[in-house]
Amino acid sequence: MPPRDAAAARETVILRHPWPVRLMHWINVLACTVLLMSGLQIFNAYPALHWGKSSYDGRPPILQMGARQDAAGNPVGFTRIFGHEFDTTGVLGMSSGVERGFPAWLTLPGHQWLAMGRRWHFFFAWVLVVNGLAYVAYALASRHLARDLVPTRADWRSIGQSVGDHLRLRHPRGEAARHYNVLQKLAYLGVIFVLFPALILMGWAMSPGLNALLPGWVDFFGGRQAARTLHFVAAWLLVGFVFIHVFEVVVSGLWNNLRAMISGRYRIAGEERRDE
Amino acid sequence: MNEPSDSRRRFLQRALAAGGALVLSGCDRLSRIEWFAGLLASAEKLTYASQRLLLTRRAMAQEFSEADLSPFFRSNGTSNPRDPAYQALAAAGFADYRLEVGGLVAHPRSYSLAELKALPSRTQITRHDCVEGWSAIGKWKGAPLARVLEAVRPLPSARYVVFFCADPMNARGQRYYESIDMEDAFHAQTLLAYALNDAPLPIRNGAPIRVRVERQLGYKMAKYVMRIAVVDRLDDIEGGRGGYWEDRGYEWYAGI
Ligand code: HEM
Repeated sequence: MPPRDAAAARETVILRHPWPVRLMHWINVLACTVLLMSGLQIFNAYPALHWGKSSYDGRPPILQMGARQDAAGNPVGFTRIFGHEFDTTGVLGMSSGVERGFPAWLTLPGHQWLAMGRRWHFFFAWVLVVNGLAYVAYALASRHLARDLVPTRADWRSIGQSVGDHLRLRHPRGEAARHYNVLQKLAYLGVIFVLFPALILMGWAMSPGLNALLPGWVDFFGGRQAARTLHFVAAWLLVGFVFIHVFEVVVSGLWNNLRAMISGRYRIAGEERRDE
Repeated sequence: MNEPSDSRRRFLQRALAAGGALVLSGCDRLSRIEWFAGLLASAEKLTYASQRLLLTRRAMAQEFSEADLSPFFRSNGTSNPRDPAYQALAAAGFADYRLEVGGLVAHPRSYSLAELKALPSRTQITRHDCVEGWSAIGKWKGAPLARVLEAVRPLPSARYVVFFCADPMNARGQRYYESIDMEDAFHAQTLLAYALNDAPLPIRNGAPIRVRVERQLGYKMAKYVMRIAVVDRLDDIEGGRGGYWEDRGYEWYAGI
């Protein structure tokens, strides 16, 4: 083992994230949290999802939550997906003794209050859109996009190794830790340029006003109710991304990463040496 | 090295749990603070302004084909007004029904159902989007509101059209009402509808007359309309927010 001060000497602190990225990142976290929870409040007002243009076209919903009585007369919560029914008492369909899709701890407001859920949702939808546009403008102008996010040719070549590293939870050290790795870049690009735009477009597709902008454009998503279903699925895909993202943040150095996203400072340890 | 990071981790876990609880109860509390709820509601103005900017009076809601019709057109809210006067009208097949049209107009007048049916009509197959999240597709026939307004001639000060309805909504006897701006009032698809799916409008869907405002959500489309008033302000009507549900926190502009 090298002596302590030698290790310290090999350690460098860099400015990882410029302040606009940090600011917009946390605004986005806030907006997405509110949008998810108020969205689930909205979902609960009609806890069923359909494919197609309307909810009443003679076909059953593809997903439905509700409460009913079992053979013994006890109330149970159920979730029905593509005709398969699951007992989800306590979480979905029925929780705290009342019939409701998602439980109170997942919705905003907690109790059933559609009007207020919509206020939260549409206020933070604007926050998300304005913040997102500002981010894209900044990423283009500052070359953050070109420099830090678009994979380089070397990145593409290292993709196999990066997959292996992720599976073994090995994280880049030293010089390599200065940059995002290729899987990280692809995940960020996918979320920024595919998932978020899709979520926003499908949100707009549910607006009867915007439907009139260009009659029929909503059919591109399969119709308004299909857009509602896809909006719901995309929201959970975003939750899936956040889980993986937070997992990677934790295993690759929670404090260092958190500090980098708060004050910008990121500590880079020296190169790992075989003989260590 | 392990000790501090353990306690830090424990601290973080507790902070997260406490933070989560705080955020949850905090958000519920925030919803009850008037200025904050008002701040959230300000997004409606932005939505209204941007949709008015994007949508001209000619921008039409999508129309569908017979194949898309919902086998059953769901009724929501009131399905049979509990009001003796309305019940008497219904019992007589609405033969004595009169739609009063007044307020800030040059020539106030009233229409019988027959007179409304005698106006040039429009038929449209449109999708009805409820604020709850469901949609149904129906075929509506009615008199464009624009024809009626042209006959009564709104004064230059006119800003809104208000619909007063027959259905009492609560124990206090407050009745349903709604309002739209002049843009929507003169829109080609805005109808005083008297037929649904080629049959006289059923009572559960708003007989004898319900409004169709196709570029907004279902609660804007008042059923059992008895009186129409052209006004320049909404704050002196009922709860002051332009509609029964608006008075209970829903957006006045329901374009999303
Ligand atoms: C500009 C951005 C957005 C707009 C305009 C928007 C719009 C909407 C609308 C109109 C609804 C109501 C659907 C209904 O009538 O039932 C809705 C529901 C919902 N939203 Fe959003 N939304 C946006 C962003 C998001 C984001 C980022 C998330 C997740 C993080 C999200 C999650 C949900 C969920 C879970 C629902 C309820 C389920 C559903 O109806 O699909 N929304 N949203």
